[in-house]
Amino acid sequence: MDIYREIILDHYKHPRNFGHLDEYDVKIDDKNVACGDAISMELRIVQDRVIDIRFSGQGCVISQASASLLTEHVMGWSVSDIMSLSKDDVLVLLGIDLTPSRVKCAMLPLEVLQKAVVVYANR
Amino acid sequence: MFDPKIIRNDFPLLKRYIHGRPIVYLDSAATSLKPECVLQRMDSYYREYSANIHRGIYHLSEEATTRYEEARERVGNFIHANSSKEVIFVRNATEGINMIATSFGNEYIYEGDGITTLISEHHANFVPWQQLAKRKNARFYVLPVNKKGEFDQTLLSKYITQSTKVFAFAAISNVLGIIHDVSSIVHRVKKISPQCLVIVDAAQAIGHIPVDVHAWGADVVVFSGHKMFGPTGIGVVWARYALLERMSPYQYGGDMIREVRVDHISFADPPQKFEAGTPAIAEAIGLGAAVDYINALGLSSIRLHEQQIIAYAMEQMKNIDGIHLYGPETIESRGAVLAFSIDGVHPHDIAQILSDDNICIRAGHHCAMPLHTHLGISATARISCSVFTTEEDIDQCVASLNKAVSLLR
Repeated sequence: MDIYREIILDHYKHPRNFGHLDEYDVKIDDKNVACGDAISMELRIVQDRVIDIRFSGQGCVISQASASLLTEHVMGWSVSDIMSLSKDDVLVLLGIDLTPSRVKCAMLPLEVLQKAVVVYANR
Repeated sequence: MFDPKIIRNDFPLLKRYIHGRPIVYLDSAATSLKPECVLQRMDSYYREYSANIHRGIYHLSEEATTRYEEARERVGNFIHANSSKEVIFVRNATEGINMIATSFGNEYIYEGDGITTLISEHHANFVPWQQLAKRKNARFYVLPVNKKGEFDQTLLSKYITQSTKVFAFAAISNVLGIIHDVSSIVHRVKKISPQCLVIVDAAQAIGHIPVDVHAWGADVVVFSGHKMFGPTGIGVVWARYALLERMSPYQYGGDMIREVRVDHISFADPPQKFEAGTPAIAEAIGLGAAVDYINALGLSSIRLHEQQIIAYAMEQMKNIDGIHLYGPETIESRGAVLAFSIDGVHPHDIAQILSDDNICIRAGHHCAMPLHTHLGISATARISCSVFTTEEDIDQCVASLNKAVSLLR
């Protein structure tokens, strides 16, 4: 098991979709208070499809790489497809075995993303 | 001659290999490893005389009672209590503090009374007082500390007034490692508010520096067994006997009563009054063995070794690129604890990368969120040393930390 394999470190050091959108439809931020990981996401949604995402935040390699991989993965997806994403889908994206304490780090971006589309859908 | 390389042999866990490599244990502040003698004494209770205490007339029960009460004697002598009757066995330091906050707090804290603690306290010595203040509409004050863990002594007169009824603080901070001058602080507090109950959390002090309840002059001292080479599930509340007599029981049940009628009850005298139900007998006996183990090594030798090893760790670690060390710079006022952070490397990643090299350290807020917020940091990494920690352990830790830095930056 190598948590810090090349692809993870690459997404950590060079995160995709990192930064802010000039215009967004929904923005959510959340943090894992236990360790201080923080993720903020801005989504542009048109006709029920996520056409652009940016994330910002700070934290451990796992939380930041997970956000980078996830935002890249779901670009262009529908709200309902995003809602159907599971914990296992994120773990497959990361491609690493995580101990329970680190799974929380990996899940923070998914929680923020799904919270954002729920807030959007309930408007 | 105090030699950690020989002392290591006392600890069965250190003989274990994971992924073909030995273990570097640098998390004794979370829980200490257990020496063979402690395990053996607990084992012999279960194998040879595992009867319940204080009730059986038969030999096994008498034997168990004797061993349990001997453990109380050992603990009492170890902390210089006037009598072992002042020693209450509880589950851990947390339960001890909750016991005082409930039994003393519910009865003797009134609206408007002051309760003061430090911002650097472990949640165990923070939340029970915060919640007591909330229950009673009392005023909750929190004394700030600086990055070294020191507080401005002149602030005491601002945070402690004549209406202060409780002042609770840790002898050694579990994050910053600072050793407070307990007797001098207690003296100052009592001078301002003689009625103030002073509670000392000795969880990080016990087994590392002398804990002398007499010299400290506090009213209550609590600690856990598992941080002093004893088992989990056993802790100690020491309190002045007069206070124990004045306080109501924390829990009710068997073993803590003198007489029960349908319409009347009288409770047993302390310490039984505070030990309802069958206690952790094997664990208390194991704690007694831990006291013997510490006495055999000698507290002053332990302290000297821990000072030397933490000084070595500070010296080696200060050269790591982007590192920040928290707590006192002088080893005289530092326990065996060293918290740090490294720019650009999250503490969780540090701990994870070290774990891959079988090095056990702690990362997070160490149950001291108010302190981390106060210092403006989300989390820290922490090493803590013990009698078996060697310079080689520290060298391996530093090598692994350098690896983490080059990997993640």
